[in-house]
Amino acid sequence: MQNADEKQPQPGWQQAVRAGLNAALVPFLAIVTAVIVGGVIIALVGGNPFAAYLGLAQGAFGSARAWSETFVWATPYIFAGLAVALAFKGGLFNIGAEGQLAFGAVATAWVGYALPEVLGIEIPGILHLPLAIGAGILAGALWAAIPGALKAYAGGHEVINTIMMNYIALNITSYLLNGPMKDKNPLNVIARTPEIAEGARLPVIFDGLRVHWGFPLALLVALGVWYLLWKTTLGFEIRTVGANPDAARYAGINFRRILIVTMALSGLLAGMAGAVEVTGLNYRHELGFSIGYGFDAIAIALLGKTHPFGVVLASILFAGMRNGATRMQFLTQIPVDIISVIQSLILLFVAADAIIRYLYRIKAKEERLVLTRGWRG
Amino acid sequence: MSEKPIVLEARGITKRFPGVLANDHVDFDLRQGEVHALLGENGAGKSTLMNILYGLYTADSGEILVNGKPLTLNSPRDAIEHGIGMVHQHFMLIPVFTVTENIMLGAETDHRPHKSEAPLVKLDRKQVSQIVRDFSHQYGLDVDPDAIVGDLPVGVQQRVEIVKALYRKANILILDEPTAVLTPQEAEELFRIIRELTTRGVSVIFISHKLKEVLSIADRITVMRAGRVVGATTPAESDEHQLAAMMVGREVILSVEKEPAQPKEDVLVVENLRVRDVRDLEAVRGVSFTVRAGEILGIAGVQGNGQTELAEALTGLRRIESGSVKLAGRDLTNCPPRLFTETGLAHIPEDRQRHGLVLGYTIADNMVLCDYYRPPFSARGVLQTQALDEHARKLIQNFDVRTPSPYVAAGKLSGGNQQKVIVARELSRPSVRLVIANQPTRGLDVGSIEYIHKEIVLMRDQGVAVLLISAELDEIMSLSDRIAVMYHGQIVTTVEAHAVTREQLGLWMAGAKPEQTATSV
Amino acid sequence: MDWRRFSFIGFIIVFLFTVVVLIGGSRVSPTIIISSMLTTTIAVATPLTLGALSGVFCERAGVVNIGIEGMMLAAAFFGWLTAIYMNTVFKFDPNLSLWTGVLAAILTGGLFALLHAWLSITFKVDQIIGGTVINILAVGITGFLNRQMFFGEGSIFGGNVPHAPGLLPSLSKWLAPLCGGPEGCLGLPGLIQGTFLDQKPVALAAIALVLVSHYVLFNTRWGLRTRAVGEHPKAADTVGINVYRIRYVNVIIGGMLAGLGGAYFTIESVPSFEPLMTNGRGFISLAAMIFGNWTPFGAWAAALVFGASQALQINLQFFRDAIPPQWAFLQHAYIVGLAPYVLTMLILTGIIGKTIPPAADGQPYEK
Repeated sequence: MQNADEKQPQPGWQQAVRAGLNAALVPFLAIVTAVIVGGVIIALVGGNPFAAYLGLAQGAFGSARAWSETFVWATPYIFAGLAVALAFKGGLFNIGAEGQLAFGAVATAWVGYALPEVLGIEIPGILHLPLAIGAGILAGALWAAIPGALKAYAGGHEVINTIMMNYIALNITSYLLNGPMKDKNPLNVIARTPEIAEGARLPVIFDGLRVHWGFPLALLVALGVWYLLWKTTLGFEIRTVGANPDAARYAGINFRRILIVTMALSGLLAGMAGAVEVTGLNYRHELGFSIGYGFDAIAIALLGKTHPFGVVLASILFAGMRNGATRMQFLTQIPVDIISVIQSLILLFVAADAIIRYLYRIKAKEERLVLTRGWRG
Repeated sequence: MSEKPIVLEARGITKRFPGVLANDHVDFDLRQGEVHALLGENGAGKSTLMNILYGLYTADSGEILVNGKPLTLNSPRDAIEHGIGMVHQHFMLIPVFTVTENIMLGAETDHRPHKSEAPLVKLDRKQVSQIVRDFSHQYGLDVDPDAIVGDLPVGVQQRVEIVKALYRKANILILDEPTAVLTPQEAEELFRIIRELTTRGVSVIFISHKLKEVLSIADRITVMRAGRVVGATTPAESDEHQLAAMMVGREVILSVEKEPAQPKEDVLVVENLRVRDVRDLEAVRGVSFTVRAGEILGIAGVQGNGQTELAEALTGLRRIESGSVKLAGRDLTNCPPRLFTETGLAHIPEDRQRHGLVLGYTIADNMVLCDYYRPPFSARGVLQTQALDEHARKLIQNFDVRTPSPYVAAGKLSGGNQQKVIVARELSRPSVRLVIANQPTRGLDVGSIEYIHKEIVLMRDQGVAVLLISAELDEIMSLSDRIAVMYHGQIVTTVEAHAVTREQLGLWMAGAKPEQTATSV
Repeated sequence: MDWRRFSFIGFIIVFLFTVVVLIGGSRVSPTIIISSMLTTTIAVATPLTLGALSGVFCERAGVVNIGIEGMMLAAAFFGWLTAIYMNTVFKFDPNLSLWTGVLAAILTGGLFALLHAWLSITFKVDQIIGGTVINILAVGITGFLNRQMFFGEGSIFGGNVPHAPGLLPSLSKWLAPLCGGPEGCLGLPGLIQGTFLDQKPVALAAIALVLVSHYVLFNTRWGLRTRAVGEHPKAADTVGINVYRIRYVNVIIGGMLAGLGGAYFTIESVPSFEPLMTNGRGFISLAAMIFGNWTPFGAWAAALVFGASQALQINLQFFRDAIPPQWAFLQHAYIVGLAPYVLTMLILTGIIGKTIPPAADGQPYEK
């Protein structure tokens, strides 16, 4: 042990970068391993893995258009991934991002297409867009606060409750989009809302490309989440409750309030994913668009080691895979669904980092990440 | 010294854990029918050695002989097969099972585990409970085979553990810190049972860090320190001071030096407090007492008599059913914990890893665990990194926390240093009026214990009220100015510390009613 | 399971049945409605019962298994695929193909459980994360293979989904030769005929397995050791029990039970596979297990409540136009479909008293 007098500097940016690279090592090797195993699977079903991956890479990052589409995919991933990551930091497993996202999208769409009619006035864009997004994040936050409150006051475990609320959200949106909120256009046979007003739309960044201002917004929000978690007292409280709820109570933190706040913030981020998809990309909500985002978000949060910056990188990777998969299928006839297999393998290897450490002979440097605590937690 | 044969022998046992050499070429032997005590501080390596003898750990090197034959013990199953039984410090009983189920577990159809075990064999509870009843009579153990273990008092649970070993036909019994949870009277009862066992040929290894009881029960004593055997002796050839010096490696001051207290105004006033425990049973049953500025009130009692619940109620962590708590004149009954700290409470919690620290946080963050939201550590909801840094550095220096930097995770520190982080944080808070120290030195080395004792007395001398809760009678007797004895959720009596003997306290802790004498205050 | 739980369960089931009888009673005789409700309840409770039993075995041994959903889904797919292969490629008799499919489903569940055991016991991965990995993996693999084999150019079956060899027959069909015809077997009254003899093998096996599980857990050596390992693994270790082995085997047993539950979807209920077709049943099973206080009978009773709420949805469809206008919301399948999910959340709030999980549930064991 060194003498405590020896002045050691506060951890500066060099240490932060080194820590970041260390933290990224296992996820990186997990990706490599999953890609190799995925290649073996492609070969087993009679495809050429090299051709497939080449097509995938071209489709994802091969042109300005490809990049644009990748960022379009990445936008909701970042929001939803941050939602799950933030909840993990607070010791909560939010499997309900999917439902929160769907509710956010419905609320945003409604404000976008129906509010002007209800109020009987044209709402100026400068007001309409924030209103639409605001409604979406509010809906997401409220929807997520319910399982938060059930956990805080009634001991209902959030894992089951958020899953149940996914199915409830799916049923309710199905009802709404097939009934009261269905696009009344006689040509329409799909369960979807009418288009939102021009004023409620997020503009694209470059003419001719679909990438919209939602993407920079997502990056900004990631920075915001990082600041919230590590630089504010609320973040200190959230992390303390997540790391040791007993110590949090001892420290005088109102842990029930923090539980609900954490879930609401998480739902807010998931709701923002829905809101931005509606205002920036689809201009309406359509049934079925949100399916699968919830589980992708969990994979992204874990791959990003529940750190906001990690989430951004993981989102872009997952988005690139989803985006590039279409071209891969076009070129090699390998179904796009192989991506789900590779992504679940990545998740497998990230979660079971012991496998990766064993394969590549890496010594464990950090304590095991404790994310959940069984039914009692 | 004895011509009785050696039944168990360990030669040159070495066991290394990451960063620690827990056993360093340890030699140990046990003769038939004797009680051989293994004495040492917390962390001296006693439990590691015993876990190796019981097959829970495998030694890195060295050999084990039972009845002169070398063996490899790969699992407790091997140890049981060779007649070794162990009663762990934390009982290895399943609380929701009956006594019978606990005893038959792992040896359901015979007294010892077998290689060929049909998994779907029907349990014969009747037969086993009859055997338990027989043992109970034979050794005077008084164990009800059909009781649910979780409902039994600890003393009885310990006897269940002994029956469990006897059922497996153990003739070598390892007792790991068996008196830690017992009253002096219960300990006497245990000693009676141990003598009964040894006369029937059972050999006993008795692990302890308590000098008095080792001197009273052992035939031979082996002392360990920092993973090594540092000496062997017998009760006849040694005394407490000599043993303490061997155990710690230097002269130990067995008592704390302090001036007589000069108590002033009432700081903590507790009236008729009633509190329920996690199982919703009444754990504190009408407790009243007062702690004055400048004095230490010690609460003596065997673990599990309501002290944990009392401490939690007095710090806002547990709901109070009825009664009141006043701190510095302010009624804080059922107020949130933060209001207590803001009124001047410093709380050294019983379980430092569960309540006192966030092990994954840095020392710097742990140093502001309760004050992170107050200036200078926070401004408008934003943490002030610079202030956190200075605060941590100052406390690390003042309280002699051994760490290379304030940015080491608290989980990486030794137990003693972890406790120092908590003590530093709590005692350095501005305007402390009351310190509640619950088991402040449990599991620490002697150096840390002395240091923390000194700090507590220092607080008293500065006019702070101190409530000390401890299961260590020695700690209570050497630190307290007044002593309250807690039994079964009630305070049996409160006495001046200098006017009471160990034996008297022990009787009260076991539930004896105090006579109305002048010593009560 | 205390009386409050059982009476709550009884109350909900009676309530759900009453709703259907009140609505449909004017069209069809109540006996027929009740018989139909009972039949559907027991049938649709099958995967829930098996899923909950799966959870009981895993968690009694101390391993939280949130991957039951994925195990069921994968088992449903591979069981179905095997049945088709056996029938169309190897030209097995349809019935034999189906039974091979059931076997394949059980094995699939066991294999996925082996992965879960490996992750959570050997690698000590956070068990809820491990289960989530299983779920995501199952969705990915079944989605990919379903597409790869049956759809699009170059797929194995060339874009034509071959006919599945049908469904497992009900008990009354088997008994038909004995009593001269599928109807009125043994002259039993309609109610029993409907609820019991019309059930199919997996449903009946599920009920039998409830009894077997209870016996195994509470009256055998294996059960005693399993519960010990789930409560206090260290204590079990110190009496020479191999904690890892007990956990592995129980998780695999649990996976096989979930796999049998998966077979219900594609081999007993409908002869086709759809992605995500388990639709949360695995998670509802967990809620049933929790509400049933980790006991087989309790879990079964809770599974029946969920079954009844689903039976409500199915039976109401027959009487949609008989629904009185003030209950118009019951006309929407999506709204009635909320019942099992809302019920799950309600039950988990602990309004009927809290249940206590095994003490070491979810905690990896380290020596």
